[in-house]
Order: sequence, then C-alpha cells, then structure tokens
Amino acid sequence: MNIEMRGIDKSFGTNQVLKNAGFLLRDGEVHALMGENGAGKSTLMKILTGVYTRDAGTVIVDGKEVEYHNPQEAEKAGIVFIYQELNVMFDLTVEENLFMGKEITKGFGICDKKAMRKKAKEVLDMMGVDINPAAVMSELSVGQQQMIEICKALMVDAKVIIMDEPTAALTQSETDALFKVIHSLRKKGVSMVYISHRMEEIFELCDRITVLRDGSYIGTEEIKDIDMNDIVKMMIGREIGERFPARDVKLGKEVLKVEKLTSPGVFHDISFSVRAGEVLGVSGLMGAGRTEIMQAIFGNFPLESGKIYIDGKETVIKNPEAAMKAGIGFITEDRKTEGLMLEKSIEENISLANLGKVSGKNHVLSSSAEDALVKKGIEEFHIRCFGPSHECGNLSGGNQQKVVLAKWIYTEPKILILDEPTRGVDIGAKKEIYSVINEMAAKGVAIIMVSSELPEVLGMSDRIMVVREGEVRGIIGKEEANQQNVMTLATGGTI
Amino acid sequence: MEKNKKSVGEIIQEYGAFLALAVLVIGISIVSPEFRTGGNFLSLLRQSSINGLIAFGMTGVILTGGIDLSVGSVLALSTALCAGMISGGVPAGLAMLLALVIGTVLGAISGFLVTKGRLQPFIATLITMTVYRGLTMIFTDGKPISNLGDSFVLKLVGKGNIFGIPVPVLLLILIFLLFYFLLTKTTFGRKVYATGSNWKCAQLVGVNINKTKVILYAISGLMASISGLILLSRLSSAQPTLGEGYELDAIASVALGGTSMNGGRGKIQGTLVGVLIIAVLNNGLNILGVSSYYQDVVKGLVILVAVLSDRKR
Repeated sequence: MNIEMRGIDKSFGTNQVLKNAGFLLRDGEVHALMGENGAGKSTLMKILTGVYTRDAGTVIVDGKEVEYHNPQEAEKAGIVFIYQELNVMFDLTVEENLFMGKEITKGFGICDKKAMRKKAKEVLDMMGVDINPAAVMSELSVGQQQMIEICKALMVDAKVIIMDEPTAALTQSETDALFKVIHSLRKKGVSMVYISHRMEEIFELCDRITVLRDGSYIGTEEIKDIDMNDIVKMMIGREIGERFPARDVKLGKEVLKVEKLTSPGVFHDISFSVRAGEVLGVSGLMGAGRTEIMQAIFGNFPLESGKIYIDGKETVIKNPEAAMKAGIGFITEDRKTEGLMLEKSIEENISLANLGKVSGKNHVLSSSAEDALVKKGIEEFHIRCFGPSHECGNLSGGNQQKVVLAKWIYTEPKILILDEPTRGVDIGAKKEIYSVINEMAAKGVAIIMVSSELPEVLGMSDRIMVVREGEVRGIIGKEEANQQNVMTLATGGTI
Repeated sequence: MEKNKKSVGEIIQEYGAFLALAVLVIGISIVSPEFRTGGNFLSLLRQSSINGLIAFGMTGVILTGGIDLSVGSVLALSTALCAGMISGGVPAGLAMLLALVIGTVLGAISGFLVTKGRLQPFIATLITMTVYRGLTMIFTDGKPISNLGDSFVLKLVGKGNIFGIPVPVLLLILIFLLFYFLLTKTTFGRKVYATGSNWKCAQLVGVNINKTKVILYAISGLMASISGLILLSRLSSAQPTLGEGYELDAIASVALGGTSMNGGRGKIQGTLVGVLIIAVLNNGLNILGVSSYYQDVVKGLVILVAVLSDRKR
C-alpha cells in the first residue's frame, strides 16, 4: 500500500502541532518516522488513521484521496495503529482482547469460542510468544501486553502497521521476536511505519527515514545513505552540544541517601545517594521500576524495607505530606492525571502546593499573597497564558509543565525529584526546563531526574543510575556516560 | 490568546439556576396573591431551612466526588436519641448538644467507610442509611417519642423568632455564610476542591484527602442533626420515619445549583439557589392547589431543565 500525506496542518486550541507536515510510504517498506518528543509524529499518524481530523492538507492512499473519520474506517482500509499507550482491557482475557469488536460468531451474536481459540493460537504462535489465550490481561507483564497489542494488528490482516515506540517496554528477547515478525511481514508486502527513539533499531530495521521537527516535514532519506549524526542534526536542526545549557556547580554534602529500598515484585535493594547541587540522572526501560522507586521515596508507594536518610538523619516518610515536610519535591511523570488539576486555574494549581505561603496562621487565604506568588510564577517561568485564571487544561504541554515546576519550586525543596520532566514538551520549553533544573542545582538543591530520553540524561546528569527490572544495574560517572554504556546496562548487559 | 470575557451563553449557564428561581417566584407571584405575601415568604424560607442545612453538608461531600445517602437516617437517629434523652430526664439543652455530637460521629463513620474501608460513597452511605434507620426503629420500637416537656431552647430552635425572623431562617443564613467562608476563603476549602478535582494531584502535594473527606462527611452528619432538632422542635415529637427521602431533595438542590456530581466544581451559593427553587416549587404548587402527585412530576422536570442548561457546552 502506498500512502502520501502532504501539507498537513493541525492545531489544538492555540497550539499548532503540525504545519506543512508530510510523509510518503511505499509498498512493503519499513519506514522510520523520527523527531523529538512533541515533533508531531504521533499526531501525524493519528490524522492518517482518523483519530484526529486535519485542518489542511491531503492524504492519498494508492492514488486515491481519502479521509478516514475514525480508526475503524482506517482499519477497514487495512491501516492499523498500535499506540504507545496500551489500549487493552485489563480485566478481560487475552482472547477477549484480541477479538474485541470482531468476535467470530455462530450467528445471532453467539460467540464461536473454538474458532476464536484456534485463531488466537495461530497469531500468538506466529509472533513466537508463549502466552495462554485464556489468561487475564492484568496478569501479563507490560511487555506481554504490548505483544498482544501487536497481535491485534495481525488479526485484521493489516496492509500498513504503524508502531509507536513498540519496544519501549520489551525485554531483549521480546524485541528480537518482534523484529523477526517485522521482517517476515515485510516479506509479505506489509508496509510499516516505525516510530522510535532508539537509533540502533532504526538502522537495524528500517529502509527509509522521515524526520519531523516542530511539526514540520524536514526530509526523507534512505537509511543506507546516512548516519546517526545526520539524523540528530535533522531532528534538532543543530548540533547536539547546544541543547543542554552548561552548568558549573560545586557539589555540596550528601543530602539524600537511600539504602536497600525494597518493594517485593517491583524493586529491591535500591541504594544510592545524591549531593547538594548534583543532578542524578535515572535511566532504564519503561516498566523498570524507576517511577515506583521515586514514588516510594516520596511516600506515595509502599516500601517493605529500606532506609531513607536526609541530611544524614534517618527519616521515615509515610506519605507525601511527610515527604514535603522533609524537604522533597516531586514532579510526576504524568502531569495530566497526577501533576495538575486540569479544570482549575493556574492560580489554584500553584497555590495548592503552597497553601502555607498564601494563607495566614488561621488558615485563611490571603488573596494578595496568592496574587503575588502566582504572578511571580507566571513571570519567572515564562508561562504563556492570559492570566492567573487561565484554566490549565487549555495550556500547551510545555506551559502545563512550567506550572507544575513553579508550584513545586516555590515549596523550596532541598531534594527535587523530576520524573520525565520534558515528556511531550516542545524544544523551546525543554531548554527552559533544563535551565530551571540548572538554577536549582546552582542553589544547592539535590536533583534526581528520571528520563527515558537518553540524550537528555546524558546531557544533564552528573552521574547516571541505570535501573533494570527493579534493580540498580550501575551508577556511572560523566566519563563513562555514553549512549552505549547506558543502553547496555539498561538491557541487562555489563560494561 | 483567548479572551477572558464571558459570552451570553456562559452567563446563562452560570446564572441559569438563579434565573429559573427568579422566573418561578415572579410567575407564581403573578398568578397567586396568596403566594406573594411577606408572611408566606418567611414561612417558605423556614420550610427551606431543613432541606437547606442538609444540602449544604451534601455540597461539601459531593465536591469531593462523594455522596451522602445517609442524611435522612442520621437525622432520624440523632433526633430519636435526643428525644429519648429528654423524655428520660436529661436537660433539653444538653440532650440537643449531644444530638449534634451524635450526628457528627454518625457522619464520620460514613467517612471512615469511604476512606479507610475503601467503599464507594454510594455503597458506604447506603449501608449507613439502612443501619441507622434500623437502629432508630429499634430504639423507638417503631413508635413516636413525645412528652418532651416544656424546654425553652427546644422550642426556640424550631418555633422561635429573633427580631421577627424565624430562628431556622437565621440558622440557614448563618450556616450558609460559614460554608461560604470555609469553601472560598480558607486553605481547607482549597483542599476540598482539590480532592474532588484530582485526588492524585492533591495527594502528591501533601493534601490529606482521607482526612478532608472524613471531615466533610462529619459535617454532613452535623447538618442533618441540626435539621433534626429544628424538626423535633416544630413537631414536638420524634417519629421513627423522620427524614425519609430527605437525601433526595438535598441532592436535587445541589445538582440544581450547578455542582458537578463528579466533584471539584460547584458553589455553595448555587446550592442555596437550588434549595430555594425546591422550596418555592413545594410552597407555590401547594398554594396553587396542584395535587401532590403532579408536584413530583413538575419538580423532576424543573430539575431536568435546570441541569440541562447547566451542562458544559
């Protein structure tokens, strides 16, 4: 199937995410779609598959101009999108998930369980995975769930499969199995769009690559003609060096030390420390347990054993309230569901973490103190909005993240944990966020930054801790910090 | 950037319930001379005080995304115990004070079932509603408790006047102002809205959402017991079936006032308007001689229209 997308524009509210974006997919190729977070890759693919409607532009499939109004129409035409976020029903079985909406029936809506079991087995075998079709989805690992998502696409005999970061949660053997399937699908003439941040995978799998930057089409190249540096240059428009503002901070004394933190089945024996003014990067694959470790330090995830020392003193943190009292700030990875009250104003969001600052001793709010704090936040963090009453749900991702930063930084933490601080944030806002992190470090705050973006971890951290399957695989200093070492540790190797 | 100005549609949406109240009052006033007297308005307000206090408490609970079905039973049980104490010789003032404590504790129990017990608010308060009603029946043996003596305080609460204004009306105004202050001017108010708006976010910035919820259920119980005392005073006896179905009027008032049933959004002013709409409907339809069967249908339809007009976009 040939697909051509030209001149695609798309805005969400005042935020234009695609301008003049395009893409050309040939029959039977694996085509990498690359670009930074927020470059518009997923949005472009969602427009192709009818999840979003485009504001302008044309989509031509096999010579005919088309517009799919919903994913079901695209699927009927043979185009399937496997989302990065899992789209599964956790309480149902593997089989029920595979056949959701396309059950095989004996007529009158009565399910033909035998036929479905047979077909499910076929598809699972083809993928080379050992999963019981009768297992309940929530009992599977994240990687297995991801494999089921891919199986779903195979069920409908797709002609084009779009995969958004399919290996983010997979183990090495699962990844190998997936690659085998991709190769065999290509032989059958299926075209694939492969969205990934992992350069090695792109070079291993793909025939051509298209790069988007800030929502615009930058170019398409044959993989054999280019190298990693060319791709990076296309993605960010300049050399990588400038991306991370320099920081020159004298490290102070140890502020946070954790010893043998354990939560059975999630992580175990986690020990590390952070010094004042230091940025500790935390790397690892999706589902490695990084977020849970940080949530546990913040008192929002149960710990079975282990000790937390703050300024050398053992501290028991049983809930976020206690963590804040101990001087910890926590910027969660998911600002939409945990970081912000989307239907509330910037003012209410910033105030909520700083109620003590905007009220008197009698807990009565002072509107003047509140106004001052919020205005300061909007100015200092360059939050683009029409004023303190702007509803956070209507802000762009970058500005939402700045609100979250402002609210935490005004709590004056000694230790600041940032979980994926630049996820879904455009490049300009990213740099601003990096500057804020540097300023905090310069003030002597101990910083832990969890990130799945390797360049970010490499560019910002003094040391990098790599987590794999709930354990610390290594903590490496600046000298040893490079993409290969981190990835090796993250995927189970040693350096 | 978008402008921060409100369109006509938004104004209607924001003040829809208030407009509906105005239309009802003016409309019924035009048709019925009986309705438009000062005396009738005062008695209308007095009638609204019982539902009003309960609805205020309900607003707090609903703002956190919960619901309190037990208010009618809390009212009945606290009132029955109060009447029992008075007829058993406890001084009326003390018995009434204890009734308020009992109401608060009964509400807090629902709160603990919701937070510590992790029951859905609907189920938790369905349980307390049933159990409290049963306890009331056991305590009263299914019979009303009268012979409450001749206490001044007890009479004052329901039947008294201060400066010509009925005490229940004064209570309604005073408690309304307290709620307004609590919800809009204090850090506790912010925590209430934050809990209902996004509890995960609230929890992460150190809001103790369980404590916030328990307090609000306790307040809801307290409000129900105050309403119970007003009723006790007016009826001079405690019926075991007292307060049955009161939760429905209270929830209707909150919904009429534009508070989101999902929590996080809503105003106590809205609830007051909702309470008044229900009171005007009850009072006005009675005066107009509409049969009580039709009254319920009309009430339901008015709620439907008001809630539809309040829907976002």
